[in-house]
Amino acid sequence: MTNLLIEWIIKTLVILFILVTAVAYLTFLERKVMSWIQLRIGPNRVGPWGLLQPLADGLKMVFKEDIVPTEANKLLYIAAPALSLIPALMTFIVIPYGSRVWGIELHVTRMDVGLLYIFALTSLGVYGIALAGWSSNNKYSLMGGLRSSAQMISYELAFGLSIVSVVLYSGSLDLVTIVEKQSGWVGHLGWNLFSLPMIPVFAVFVTAALAECNRTPFDLPEAESELVAGYHTEYSSMKFVMFQMAEYLNLITSTSITTTLFLGGWNGPFVGRYPLLGLFYFVGKVLFLILVAMWIRFTVPRFRYDQLMRFGWTVLLPVSIVNVVITATWVMFRN
Amino acid sequence: MSNYFPILLILVIAVGMAAVLLVLSRLAGRNRPTKEKLAPYECGVEPVGTARERQSVKFYLVAMAFLLFDIETVFLVPWAVVFPGLLNDPAMKQLFYVEMMLFIVVLFVGLVYVWRKGILDWNR
Repeated sequence: MTNLLIEWIIKTLVILFILVTAVAYLTFLERKVMSWIQLRIGPNRVGPWGLLQPLADGLKMVFKEDIVPTEANKLLYIAAPALSLIPALMTFIVIPYGSRVWGIELHVTRMDVGLLYIFALTSLGVYGIALAGWSSNNKYSLMGGLRSSAQMISYELAFGLSIVSVVLYSGSLDLVTIVEKQSGWVGHLGWNLFSLPMIPVFAVFVTAALAECNRTPFDLPEAESELVAGYHTEYSSMKFVMFQMAEYLNLITSTSITTTLFLGGWNGPFVGRYPLLGLFYFVGKVLFLILVAMWIRFTVPRFRYDQLMRFGWTVLLPVSIVNVVITATWVMFRN
Repeated sequence: MSNYFPILLILVIAVGMAAVLLVLSRLAGRNRPTKEKLAPYECGVEPVGTARERQSVKFYLVAMAFLLFDIETVFLVPWAVVFPGLLNDPAMKQLFYVEMMLFIVVLFVGLVYVWRKGILDWNR
């Protein structure tokens, strides 16, 4: 029991350390990708190729003045960044990063309700944003918070129903089982994405996942060209950093879940013989999806929020209901 | 059950991390507040009115519909977990399939009703 406890603590700390570093470098990567797409050079002054930029940014943010506006609701204003960061940090313990390497399972824990756990936590993220918007007592922030709740009620149903389809197909809510079921011939033809009923589910899921992590074209809560900085207009110093961290952590979660559910998780060629390859496959797939998300961000214009709501309710929701029916029928007559 | 323990572990770590970050921003940053700095930000112009006024939330009814549909989605999850395990039992398989298809049809009719009533239309 103590061994298990120590194993859990070490794994959790290692994953958190990697995640925080990854978040720092994702901000850097995003700025670099943005500048390449816009034919600029991007940050290149701090360290070789600008690689130390995230550290400089972090240090700068720590020593910035922490402002709490006079008219803000103090308690909620301070709690809001924590409320969006905590659920974002908590999702990673159920994601399988690889199979067994040197006798160590590359996931912190496996639960029978893993997928529900992630679904519940990602839904909690909206509270931090809505509360931040309201408690700042700033009109831009309020609009950001309102839009965030509007956005949540438009895509959440499609998101949940896509998960139902995947669960139907895989027969489990446990992410490890879902990944193991996707190991097929040479380790990649078993991916859920490559089976007919899962293709529309994948499309709906990816759209909903983009909305889930407030990425363009669904970045309505911050919409920097209309709302200054949206829900975090009044935030400075580490509180601002916490919102940014939560946002990038949500991006990593969404892409990891997409990888796990549709792209076979750590499955790939030769993964049976060299299990360590699985870790690289997983990271590679996640990184690929993140780059796609960035590409989308710098290519697609933003939705208006009534458009988003109409899109969510009249396109995504009916399509995902039909997807559930199709998947159920497929599973019923598969054998 | 012990598989669920890491949730508690990471909750403690995450709360601790959030608390440290919040305290850090209080301690490390300089603190020289002025009246203007603490006023709501409105692009440099003097703030007009407050943000605590009443506002027409156009998606109020949609939010109500969302609650109903979300609960119905929750009903689908346990069925989705159990159904693939019943495939070897023809009678149960058909019962579960037909029952849930009826439920989904009701769900869909509900969506069509909401749609036709114009709840999803903003310019009503």
